[in-house]
Amino acid sequence: MDDIIKITVIDREDVPHELDAPTDMAMNLMEVCRSYELPVEGICGGMALCASCHCYVMSDHELHEASDDEENMLDQAFFVEDNSRLGCQIQMKNELDGLVVKLAPVD
Amino acid sequence: MIQTDIAIIGAGPVGLFTVFEAGLLKLKCHLIDALPQPGGQLSEIYPKKPIYDIPGFPSILAGELVDNLMEQIEPFKPGFTLGERAETIEKIGDKLYEITTSKGSKIQAPVIAIAGGLGSFEPRKPPISNIAEFEDKGVEYIIKDPEIYRDKKIVVAGGGDSALDWTIILATIASEVTLVHRRTSFRGALDSVDKVMDLAKEGKINLITEAQVVGLEGQDRLSSVHIKDKNKGDYSIDVDHFIPLFGLSPKLGPIGEWDLEIEKNAIVVDTKDYSTNIPGIYAIGDINTYDGKLKLILCGFHEGTLMVQSAFKYIYPEQKLSFKYTTVAGVNGFE
Repeated sequence: MDDIIKITVIDREDVPHELDAPTDMAMNLMEVCRSYELPVEGICGGMALCASCHCYVMSDHELHEASDDEENMLDQAFFVEDNSRLGCQIQMKNELDGLVVKLAPVD
Repeated sequence: MIQTDIAIIGAGPVGLFTVFEAGLLKLKCHLIDALPQPGGQLSEIYPKKPIYDIPGFPSILAGELVDNLMEQIEPFKPGFTLGERAETIEKIGDKLYEITTSKGSKIQAPVIAIAGGLGSFEPRKPPISNIAEFEDKGVEYIIKDPEIYRDKKIVVAGGGDSALDWTIILATIASEVTLVHRRTSFRGALDSVDKVMDLAKEGKINLITEAQVVGLEGQDRLSSVHIKDKNKGDYSIDVDHFIPLFGLSPKLGPIGEWDLEIEKNAIVVDTKDYSTNIPGIYAIGDINTYDGKLKLILCGFHEGTLMVQSAFKYIYPEQKLSFKYTTVAGVNGFE
């Protein structure tokens, strides 16, 4: 189908989960993970106001630059690396087919 | 010691609105919250963000919603114990519980409503393996008395307002202040950022950016911190105190130890009245779970409303409860 992409989410036990993610429902990565009941809290509901959806982008997809809000929130997260992002700020789009992300450890 | 009809643990929107609905049944409420102000997440995480799914408000700022709720429940004169975490619940009699807080306050009530959201907000602790060993032995997450830092060597970590503000204050008290931050830019208020930059330029503080504190060392108490610096590699600096300021995050905390049935970090309730497995204890809002649960403020309001009806019958099984609409005489007749 056109409006479904495949993404891989590697959980905190290093188990990969291949997920179908709709691109026509304005969903972000945090919401996709939650809908598959992966252990992503999304405490703030996707406003980049908590860091509970912190993840690492493992594939070489070009993502938009992190906003100030996102960077500011990553300041409060731990285990932050150069490829750290907040899942709630990654919108599901067709270009992200094949995206691989790893969930960051929780504090 | 405080006595009330319903002790509400959690002064977020759901806990606050429950005061109103309880008030309509002439039940008095007392709210307990670990945060120093009411409003829970709304005040702590996103006071300036608009919320769009409150009935009757196309858009309302989270902080305004809290202010409105406070105004709405004012006629019912709720009590507040703020800045104290509910630690224990003890059954001290037939239909009587006693809650003890982290500061030793005691609240007695026949009914407890847990409206604890995601738990209580606690400082985020950096994932340094031995950090617990140095807590109160050189590591502090909250600054209670700046005087203890007089003429000491301090490392502050973080990039937000509290890290900046405390760096500025401690610069005048401590003998040496180092601020360690992950990036070169800061998210705090602009004038605080400028002030910190000026202090660094004048050599009054050490500013280490693109770096993180990754290790702690010391015999009995903290003596040095290990820094991973993107530009200069790894090194240690001698310190008396390390103050990580990374904001607050919610933790279930003691709620998990109250013999309540817990599933996925939430309290299992009966949707008939949001009662838990313990008679007289209810759970409402984000803290509870049931089939079809949605974590919405709106749903929490509904849960609190039904819950107080059940609480009334539990407290006064002999009395007939007649439901009145506020449209008849406002809230005046209920106070």
